[in-house]
Amino acid sequence: MNEKLYPVTVEVNGKPRSTQVPARLSLVDWLREELRLTGTHVGCEHGICGACSIMLDGEPVRSCLMFAVQADGHKITTVEGLGGTDGKLSVLQDSFCEAHGLQCGYCTPGMLIASQALLNTTPDPSEAQIRDAIGGNLCRCTGYRQIVDAVKLAATRLAAQKK
Amino acid sequence: MKSAAFEYARASSVAEVCDWLRDGDDDIKLIAGGQSLVPMMAMRLTRPARLIDINEIDALKFVAVEKDAVRTGACTRQCVIANDNSLAKAVPLIRQALEWVGHVQTRNRGTIGGSLAHADPAAELPLVAQILNAQLVLRSFAGTRTVAANDFFEGPLATATRADECLEEIRWPVWNETRTGSAFTEVSRRHGDFALVAAAAQVSLDAGGKCTRASFGLAGGGYIPMTFPKLAARLLGTILDDEVVQSVVNDAAAEFDPGGDLHANAEYRRQLAAVLATRMLRAACEDARKRR
Ligand code: FES
Ligand code: FES
Repeated sequence: MNEKLYPVTVEVNGKPRSTQVPARLSLVDWLREELRLTGTHVGCEHGICGACSIMLDGEPVRSCLMFAVQADGHKITTVEGLGGTDGKLSVLQDSFCEAHGLQCGYCTPGMLIASQALLNTTPDPSEAQIRDAIGGNLCRCTGYRQIVDAVKLAATRLAAQKK
Repeated sequence: MKSAAFEYARASSVAEVCDWLRDGDDDIKLIAGGQSLVPMMAMRLTRPARLIDINEIDALKFVAVEKDAVRTGACTRQCVIANDNSLAKAVPLIRQALEWVGHVQTRNRGTIGGSLAHADPAAELPLVAQILNAQLVLRSFAGTRTVAANDFFEGPLATATRADECLEEIRWPVWNETRTGSAFTEVSRRHGDFALVAAAAQVSLDAGGKCTRASFGLAGGGYIPMTFPKLAARLLGTILDDEVVQSVVNDAAAEFDPGGDLHANAEYRRQLAAVLATRMLRAACEDARKRR
Protein backbone atom coordinates (compact mmCIF):
# COMPACT_ATOMS: atom_id res chain seq x y z
CA MET A 1 0.00 0.00 0.00
CA ASN A 2 1.25 3.42 -0.91
CA GLU A 3 0.51 5.72 1.97
CA LYS A 4 1.20 9.39 1.93
CA LEU A 5 4.11 10.43 4.14
CA TYR A 6 4.22 13.52 6.32
CA PRO A 7 7.38 15.29 7.49
CA VAL A 8 7.85 15.60 11.23
CA THR A 9 10.51 17.18 13.38
CA VAL A 10 10.36 16.39 17.06
CA GLU A 11 12.84 17.07 19.84
CA VAL A 12 13.28 13.73 21.56
CA ASN A 13 15.31 13.72 24.80
CA GLY A 14 16.97 16.95 23.75
CA LYS A 15 17.87 15.88 20.20
CA PRO A 16 15.97 17.02 17.12
CA ARG A 17 14.73 14.05 15.06
CA SER A 18 13.24 14.44 11.61
CA THR A 19 11.55 11.84 9.48
CA GLN A 20 8.60 11.13 7.25
CA VAL A 21 5.73 9.16 8.69
CA PRO A 22 2.41 7.80 7.52
CA ALA A 23 -0.41 9.63 9.33
CA ARG A 24 -1.65 6.52 11.12
CA LEU A 25 1.68 5.68 12.74
CA SER A 26 1.23 6.06 16.49
CA LEU A 27 3.76 8.08 18.42
CA VAL A 28 4.78 5.06 20.50
CA ASP A 29 5.40 2.95 17.40
CA TRP A 30 7.51 5.71 15.93
CA LEU A 31 9.58 6.01 19.11
CA ARG A 32 10.08 2.28 19.44
CA GLU A 33 10.33 1.07 15.88
CA GLU A 34 11.97 3.91 14.05
CA LEU A 35 14.00 5.66 16.74
CA ARG A 36 14.61 2.32 18.51
CA LEU A 37 13.81 3.94 21.85
CA THR A 38 12.33 0.75 23.18
CA GLY A 39 12.32 1.90 26.79
CA THR A 40 8.77 3.16 26.29
CA HIS A 41 6.55 0.11 26.42
CA VAL A 42 3.33 -0.59 24.63
CA GLY A 43 0.74 -2.65 26.42
CA CYS A 44 -2.85 -2.12 25.41
CA GLU A 45 -2.54 0.34 22.51
CA HIS A 46 -5.78 2.00 23.48
CA GLY A 47 -5.13 4.21 26.45
CA ILE A 48 -5.82 1.91 29.38
CA CYS A 49 -2.53 0.67 30.82
CA GLY A 50 -0.21 3.70 30.88
CA ALA A 51 2.90 1.70 29.89
CA CYS A 52 3.44 4.04 26.93
CA SER A 53 3.52 7.25 29.02
CA ILE A 54 5.96 9.90 27.85
CA MET A 55 6.30 13.60 28.53
CA LEU A 56 5.03 15.91 25.83
CA ASP A 57 6.29 19.45 26.42
CA GLY A 58 6.94 18.39 30.03
CA GLU A 59 3.51 16.89 30.77
CA PRO A 60 2.84 13.15 30.96
CA VAL A 61 0.61 11.81 28.18
CA ARG A 62 -0.08 8.42 26.61
CA SER A 63 1.94 8.00 23.45
CA CYS A 64 -0.38 5.32 22.03
CA LEU A 65 -3.13 7.95 21.88
CA MET A 66 -1.21 10.31 19.63
CA PHE A 67 -0.14 9.95 16.06
CA ALA A 68 3.54 10.68 15.44
CA VAL A 69 2.59 13.37 12.94
CA GLN A 70 0.80 15.26 15.73
CA ALA A 71 4.05 15.59 17.68
CA ASP A 72 5.61 17.74 14.95
CA GLY A 73 7.19 20.81 16.55
CA HIS A 74 6.92 19.48 20.11
CA LYS A 75 9.38 18.25 22.74
CA ILE A 76 9.28 14.71 24.06
CA THR A 77 11.01 13.05 26.98
CA THR A 78 10.97 9.27 27.11
CA VAL A 79 12.21 7.07 29.93
CA GLU A 80 15.63 7.07 28.21
CA GLY A 81 15.76 10.81 28.84
CA LEU A 82 15.26 10.58 32.61
CA GLY A 83 18.76 9.38 33.52
CA GLY A 84 22.05 11.21 33.05
CA THR A 85 23.73 11.31 29.62
CA ASP A 86 26.51 9.23 31.20
CA GLY A 87 24.06 6.34 31.50
CA LYS A 88 23.62 6.85 35.23
CA LEU A 89 20.19 6.22 36.71
CA SER A 90 18.18 9.19 37.94
CA VAL A 91 17.41 9.43 41.66
CA LEU A 92 13.88 8.19 40.95
CA GLN A 93 15.09 5.27 38.84
CA ASP A 94 17.59 4.28 41.51
CA SER A 95 14.88 4.51 44.16
CA PHE A 96 12.74 2.10 42.14
CA CYS A 97 15.60 -0.42 42.30
CA GLU A 98 16.23 0.26 45.96
CA ALA A 99 12.59 -0.07 47.05
CA HIS A 100 11.81 -3.00 44.70
CA GLY A 101 9.42 -0.81 42.73
CA LEU A 102 9.56 -3.20 39.80
CA GLN A 103 9.37 -6.90 39.15
CA CYS A 104 8.83 -7.76 35.48
CA GLY A 105 9.41 -4.14 34.51
CA TYR A 106 6.66 -3.89 31.96
CA CYS A 107 4.87 -0.99 33.62
CA THR A 108 8.07 0.66 34.85
CA PRO A 109 8.72 3.23 32.09
CA GLY A 110 5.17 4.52 32.47
CA MET A 111 5.43 4.53 36.28
CA LEU A 112 8.72 6.45 36.10
CA ILE A 113 7.32 9.07 33.74
CA ALA A 114 4.15 9.49 35.82
CA SER A 115 5.99 9.78 39.11
CA GLN A 116 8.75 12.00 37.72
CA ALA A 117 6.05 14.36 36.46
CA LEU A 118 4.57 14.40 39.96
CA LEU A 119 7.92 15.12 41.62
CA ASN A 120 8.59 17.94 39.15
CA THR A 121 5.60 19.87 40.46
CA THR A 122 5.17 18.35 43.93
CA PRO A 123 8.54 17.71 45.60
CA ASP A 124 6.98 16.38 48.81
CA PRO A 125 3.94 14.37 47.71
CA SER A 126 1.52 12.68 50.09
CA GLU A 127 0.68 9.02 49.64
CA ALA A 128 -2.69 10.03 48.16
CA GLN A 129 -1.01 12.31 45.65
CA ILE A 130 1.38 9.53 44.63
CA ARG A 131 -1.45 7.05 44.19
CA ASP A 132 -3.40 9.60 42.18
CA ALA A 133 -0.41 10.33 39.93
CA ILE A 134 0.11 6.64 39.10
CA GLY A 135 -3.63 5.93 39.04
CA GLY A 136 -3.61 5.70 35.25
CA ASN A 137 -0.82 3.10 35.18
CA LEU A 138 -1.47 -0.59 35.63
CA CYS A 139 1.02 -2.90 37.31
CA ARG A 140 0.27 -6.61 37.46
CA CYS A 141 3.24 -7.52 39.66
CA THR A 142 4.02 -5.27 42.56
CA GLY A 143 0.63 -4.53 44.08
CA TYR A 144 1.73 -0.88 43.89
CA ARG A 145 2.99 -0.75 47.48
CA GLN A 146 6.69 -0.78 46.57
CA ILE A 147 6.11 1.70 43.76
CA VAL A 148 4.60 4.16 46.22
CA ASP A 149 7.55 3.52 48.57
CA ALA A 150 10.00 4.13 45.71
CA VAL A 151 8.46 7.49 44.90
CA LYS A 152 8.53 8.48 48.58
CA LEU A 153 12.17 7.42 48.82
CA ALA A 154 13.03 9.47 45.74
CA ALA A 155 11.29 12.52 47.20
CA THR A 156 13.29 12.19 50.44
CA ARG A 157 16.56 11.75 48.56
CA LEU A 158 15.90 14.68 46.26
CA ALA A 159 15.07 16.89 49.23
CA ALA A 160 18.31 15.85 50.95
CA GLN A 161 20.28 16.66 47.79
CA LYS A 162 18.91 20.17 47.74
CA LYS A 163 20.12 20.90 51.26
CA MET B 1 -4.94 -2.46 17.12
CA LYS B 2 -3.66 -0.06 14.50
CA SER B 3 -5.76 2.59 12.83
CA ALA B 4 -6.76 2.25 9.22
CA ALA B 5 -5.00 4.65 6.86
CA PHE B 6 -6.19 8.24 6.70
CA GLU B 7 -5.07 11.60 5.46
CA TYR B 8 -3.95 14.19 7.97
CA ALA B 9 -4.20 17.95 8.02
CA ARG B 10 -3.20 20.29 10.81
CA ALA B 11 -5.47 23.30 11.05
CA SER B 12 -4.11 26.66 12.11
CA SER B 13 -7.45 28.45 12.46
CA VAL B 14 -11.13 27.71 12.92
CA ALA B 15 -11.82 29.36 9.56
CA GLU B 16 -9.54 26.82 7.95
CA VAL B 17 -11.38 23.97 9.68
CA CYS B 18 -14.73 25.30 8.47
CA ASP B 19 -13.39 25.56 4.98
CA TRP B 20 -12.34 21.92 4.99
CA LEU B 21 -15.69 20.87 6.46
CA ARG B 22 -17.62 22.95 3.97
CA ASP B 23 -18.96 20.03 1.93
CA GLY B 24 -20.27 18.32 5.06
CA ASP B 25 -18.28 15.20 4.23
CA ASP B 26 -19.03 12.46 6.79
CA ASP B 27 -15.63 10.87 6.25
CA ILE B 28 -13.83 13.78 7.86
CA LYS B 29 -13.23 13.75 11.59
CA LEU B 30 -11.84 16.46 13.82
CA ILE B 31 -9.27 15.33 16.36
CA ALA B 32 -8.83 17.24 19.60
CA GLY B 33 -7.24 15.39 22.54
CA GLY B 34 -7.93 12.07 20.85
CA GLN B 35 -8.41 10.23 24.14
CA SER B 36 -11.62 8.60 22.88
CA LEU B 37 -11.21 8.94 19.14
CA VAL B 38 -7.80 7.28 18.86
CA PRO B 39 -8.85 4.10 20.73
CA MET B 40 -11.94 3.93 18.51
CA MET B 41 -9.75 4.25 15.44
CA ALA B 42 -7.32 1.65 16.79
CA MET B 43 -10.20 -0.76 17.26
CA ARG B 44 -11.48 0.25 13.83
CA LEU B 45 -14.84 1.21 15.25
CA THR B 46 -14.38 4.34 13.19
CA ARG B 47 -12.26 4.83 10.08
CA PRO B 48 -12.22 8.45 8.97
CA ALA B 49 -10.74 9.09 5.55
CA ARG B 50 -9.35 12.37 6.74
CA LEU B 51 -8.39 13.69 10.14
CA ILE B 52 -8.25 17.39 10.85
CA ASP B 53 -6.08 18.18 13.84
CA ILE B 54 -7.36 21.17 15.84
CA ASN B 55 -4.78 20.86 18.63
CA GLU B 56 -2.61 23.71 17.39
CA ILE B 57 -5.39 26.30 17.14
CA ASP B 58 -4.61 28.71 19.98
CA ALA B 59 -7.89 30.58 19.50
CA LEU B 60 -9.72 27.46 20.73
CA LYS B 61 -7.83 27.45 24.04
CA PHE B 62 -9.05 29.91 26.61
CA VAL B 63 -11.01 30.37 29.81
CA ALA B 64 -12.89 33.65 30.27
CA VAL B 65 -14.82 34.16 33.48
CA GLU B 66 -17.64 36.65 32.99
CA LYS B 67 -20.48 37.69 35.23
CA ASP B 68 -23.18 35.40 33.87
CA ALA B 69 -21.13 32.72 32.20
CA VAL B 70 -17.71 31.13 32.03
CA ARG B 71 -16.60 30.80 28.43
CA THR B 72 -14.20 28.02 27.55
CA GLY B 73 -12.55 27.39 24.20
CA ALA B 74 -13.43 23.93 22.88
CA CYS B 75 -9.81 22.77 22.70
CA THR B 76 -8.87 23.82 26.24
CA ARG B 77 -7.26 20.86 27.99
CA GLN B 78 -9.13 19.29 30.88
CA CYS B 79 -6.08 19.79 33.13
CA VAL B 80 -6.11 23.54 32.40
CA ILE B 81 -9.82 23.72 33.21
CA ALA B 82 -9.35 21.71 36.42
CA ASN B 83 -6.54 23.96 37.64
CA ASP B 84 -8.26 27.26 36.93
CA ASN B 85 -9.24 28.72 40.30
CA SER B 86 -11.41 31.54 39.04
CA LEU B 87 -13.37 29.08 36.91
CA ALA B 88 -13.74 26.78 39.91
CA LYS B 89 -15.09 29.68 41.93
CA ALA B 90 -17.65 30.67 39.31
CA VAL B 91 -18.78 27.16 38.32
CA PRO B 92 -17.48 24.70 40.96
CA LEU B 93 -19.37 21.79 39.45
CA ILE B 94 -16.91 21.59 36.55
CA ARG B 95 -13.91 20.97 38.80
CA GLN B 96 -15.96 18.61 40.97
CA ALA B 97 -16.76 16.57 37.85
CA LEU B 98 -13.20 16.62 36.51
CA GLU B 99 -11.99 14.89 39.64
CA TRP B 100 -13.70 11.83 38.22
CA VAL B 101 -12.48 12.19 34.63
CA GLY B 102 -9.69 9.84 33.55
CA HIS B 103 -6.16 10.23 34.87
CA VAL B 104 -3.40 12.83 34.81
CA GLN B 105 -2.12 11.57 31.46
CA THR B 106 -5.52 11.66 29.78
CA ARG B 107 -6.54 15.03 31.29
CA ASN B 108 -3.29 16.56 30.03
CA ARG B 109 -4.39 15.79 26.51
CA GLY B 110 -8.19 15.48 26.70
CA THR B 111 -10.17 18.64 26.01
CA ILE B 112 -13.40 20.03 27.38
CA GLY B 113 -14.99 20.34 23.95
CA GLY B 114 -13.82 16.92 22.84
CA SER B 115 -15.61 15.29 25.74
CA LEU B 116 -18.87 17.07 24.86
CA ALA B 117 -18.58 16.48 21.11
CA HIS B 118 -17.86 12.80 21.70
CA ALA B 119 -20.98 12.56 23.89
CA ASP B 120 -20.37 9.31 25.71
CA PRO B 121 -23.51 8.73 27.79
CA ALA B 122 -21.40 7.72 30.80
CA ALA B 123 -18.99 10.66 30.63
CA GLU B 124 -18.90 13.32 33.34
CA LEU B 125 -18.64 16.61 31.45
CA PRO B 126 -21.74 16.05 29.29
CA LEU B 127 -23.70 15.53 32.52
CA VAL B 128 -22.49 18.87 33.88
CA ALA B 129 -23.39 20.52 30.57
CA GLN B 130 -26.89 19.06 30.82
CA ILE B 131 -27.42 20.11 34.44
CA LEU B 132 -26.30 23.69 33.83
CA ASN B 133 -27.74 23.72 30.31
CA ALA B 134 -24.44 25.00 28.94
CA GLN B 135 -24.56 26.80 25.61
CA LEU B 136 -22.48 25.33 22.81
CA VAL B 137 -21.25 27.55 20.02
CA LEU B 138 -20.93 25.70 16.71
CA ARG B 139 -19.19 27.28 13.75
CA SER B 140 -19.49 26.48 10.08
CA PHE B 141 -18.42 28.38 6.96
CA ALA B 142 -21.86 30.01 7.03
CA GLY B 143 -21.47 31.43 10.53
CA THR B 144 -22.11 30.38 14.10
CA ARG B 145 -25.14 29.11 15.97
CA THR B 146 -25.60 28.41 19.63
CA VAL B 147 -27.22 25.18 20.77
CA ALA B 148 -28.30 24.57 24.35
CA ALA B 149 -26.87 21.41 25.89
CA ASN B 150 -30.41 20.19 26.48
CA ASP B 151 -30.85 20.11 22.68
CA PHE B 152 -27.28 19.11 21.87
CA PHE B 153 -27.14 15.52 23.10
CA GLU B 154 -29.17 13.26 20.84
CA GLY B 155 -28.00 9.78 21.74
CA PRO B 156 -24.89 7.73 22.53
CA LEU B 157 -22.04 9.43 20.62
CA ALA B 158 -24.60 11.49 18.72
CA THR B 159 -25.04 15.25 18.94
CA ALA B 160 -26.71 18.10 17.07
CA THR B 161 -23.37 19.02 15.47
CA ARG B 162 -23.72 18.96 11.66
CA ALA B 163 -20.99 17.46 9.50
CA ASP B 164 -19.95 20.96 8.39
CA GLU B 165 -19.66 22.31 11.94
CA CYS B 166 -16.93 22.57 14.53
CA LEU B 167 -17.57 23.10 18.25
CA GLU B 168 -15.88 26.37 19.02
CA GLU B 169 -16.83 27.48 22.50
CA ILE B 170 -18.83 26.36 25.53
CA ARG B 171 -20.58 28.85 27.79
CA TRP B 172 -21.24 27.59 31.29
CA PRO B 173 -23.94 29.59 33.09
CA VAL B 174 -22.92 31.10 36.43
CA TRP B 175 -25.54 31.03 39.18
CA ASN B 176 -25.06 34.36 40.89
CA GLU B 177 -27.25 33.55 43.92
CA THR B 178 -24.99 33.89 46.98
CA ARG B 179 -25.97 30.64 48.59
CA THR B 180 -25.34 28.23 45.74
CA GLY B 181 -23.87 24.80 46.26
CA SER B 182 -23.06 21.84 44.04
CA ALA B 183 -21.84 18.26 44.24
CA PHE B 184 -20.79 15.47 41.87
CA THR B 185 -20.24 11.78 42.49
CA GLU B 186 -20.15 8.50 40.67
CA VAL B 187 -19.69 4.81 41.06
CA SER B 188 -17.36 3.09 38.62
CA ARG B 189 -15.38 -0.13 38.61
CA ARG B 190 -12.07 1.70 38.91
CA HIS B 191 -11.44 5.37 39.65
CA GLY B 192 -11.04 7.19 36.35
CA ASP B 193 -13.23 4.80 34.39
CA PHE B 194 -16.52 5.78 32.90
CA ALA B 195 -19.32 5.83 35.43
CA LEU B 196 -21.73 2.97 36.04
CA VAL B 197 -23.87 5.78 37.36
CA ALA B 198 -22.92 9.42 37.90
CA ALA B 199 -25.08 11.94 39.72
CA ALA B 200 -24.71 15.65 40.30
CA ALA B 201 -26.76 18.53 41.61
CA GLN B 202 -26.67 22.27 42.02
CA VAL B 203 -29.03 24.26 44.27
CA SER B 204 -29.48 27.81 45.54
CA LEU B 205 -31.05 28.66 48.87
CA ASP B 206 -32.51 31.89 50.19
CA ALA B 207 -31.63 33.35 53.59
CA GLY B 208 -34.29 31.18 55.23
CA GLY B 209 -32.86 28.01 53.68
CA LYS B 210 -35.62 27.61 51.10
CA CYS B 211 -34.63 26.38 47.69
CA THR B 212 -34.83 29.08 45.00
CA ARG B 213 -33.15 27.25 42.18
CA ALA B 214 -32.30 23.59 41.57
CA SER B 215 -30.99 21.31 38.90
CA PHE B 216 -29.78 17.74 39.04
CA GLY B 217 -28.99 14.92 36.68
CA LEU B 218 -27.92 11.34 36.13
CA ALA B 219 -25.64 9.63 33.65
CA GLY B 220 -24.21 6.20 32.97
CA GLY B 221 -25.18 3.37 30.71
CA GLY B 222 -28.26 5.14 29.45
CA TYR B 223 -29.02 6.88 26.22
CA ILE B 224 -27.82 10.38 27.07
CA PRO B 225 -26.94 12.13 30.33
CA MET B 226 -30.26 13.21 31.79
CA THR B 227 -31.45 16.23 33.67
CA PHE B 228 -34.93 16.64 35.13
CA PRO B 229 -36.14 20.26 35.02
CA LYS B 230 -39.77 19.39 35.78
CA LEU B 231 -38.86 17.30 38.79
CA ALA B 232 -36.33 19.88 39.99
CA ALA B 233 -39.11 22.50 39.92
CA ARG B 234 -40.85 20.54 42.68
CA LEU B 235 -37.92 21.32 44.95
CA LEU B 236 -38.42 25.07 44.71
CA GLY B 237 -39.77 26.75 47.84
CA THR B 238 -39.02 23.69 49.97
CA ILE B 239 -36.21 23.33 52.49
CA LEU B 240 -35.16 20.18 50.63
CA ASP B 241 -36.45 18.00 53.40
CA ASP B 242 -36.05 14.25 53.10
CA GLU B 243 -39.60 13.68 52.01
CA VAL B 244 -39.57 15.97 48.98
CA VAL B 245 -36.07 14.92 47.95
CA GLN B 246 -37.04 11.26 48.20
CA SER B 247 -40.14 11.63 46.07
CA VAL B 248 -38.38 13.71 43.41
CA VAL B 249 -35.44 11.34 43.26
CA ASN B 250 -37.64 8.26 43.02
CA ASP B 251 -39.44 9.77 40.06
CA ALA B 252 -36.12 10.65 38.44
CA ALA B 253 -34.79 7.12 38.93
CA ALA B 254 -37.94 5.74 37.34
CA GLU B 255 -37.46 8.01 34.30
CA PHE B 256 -33.76 7.21 34.11
CA ASP B 257 -33.38 4.37 31.67
CA PRO B 258 -29.89 3.09 32.34
CA GLY B 259 -29.96 -0.21 30.50
CA GLY B 260 -27.81 -3.07 31.74
CA ASP B 261 -24.57 -4.59 30.59
CA LEU B 262 -21.80 -6.90 31.71
CA HIS B 263 -20.72 -4.43 34.40
CA ALA B 264 -24.05 -3.75 36.08
CA ASN B 265 -27.64 -4.62 35.34
CA ALA B 266 -30.36 -2.01 34.88
CA GLU B 267 -31.99 -2.68 38.24
CA TYR B 268 -28.77 -2.10 40.13
CA ARG B 269 -28.08 1.05 38.15
CA ARG B 270 -31.53 2.44 38.84
CA GLN B 271 -31.15 1.76 42.56
CA LEU B 272 -27.73 3.40 42.48
CA ALA B 273 -29.18 6.39 40.62
CA ALA B 274 -31.72 7.03 43.38
CA VAL B 275 -29.13 6.68 46.13
CA LEU B 276 -26.54 8.89 44.46
CA ALA B 277 -29.01 11.58 43.39
CA THR B 278 -30.33 11.82 46.96
CA ARG B 279 -26.82 12.15 48.30
CA MET B 280 -25.90 14.81 45.77
CA LEU B 281 -28.98 16.93 46.44
CA ARG B 282 -28.17 16.77 50.14
CA ALA B 283 -24.49 17.53 49.55
CA ALA B 284 -25.29 20.47 47.25
CA CYS B 285 -27.65 21.80 49.90
CA GLU B 286 -24.96 21.45 52.61
CA ASP B 287 -22.50 23.21 50.34
CA ALA B 288 -24.96 26.06 49.73
CA ARG B 289 -25.60 26.48 53.45
CA LYS B 290 -21.89 27.04 54.04
CA ARG B 291 -21.82 30.03 51.68
CA ARG B 292 -23.14 33.38 52.75
S1 FES C 1 -0.17 1.24 25.52
FE1 FES C 1 -0.77 3.27 25.79
S2 FES C 1 -2.04 3.19 27.51
FE2 FES C 1 -1.60 1.11 27.14
S1 FES D 1 6.44 -4.67 37.48
FE1 FES D 1 5.41 -6.08 36.25
S2 FES D 1 3.72 -4.93 35.57
FE2 FES D 1 4.60 -3.63 37.03
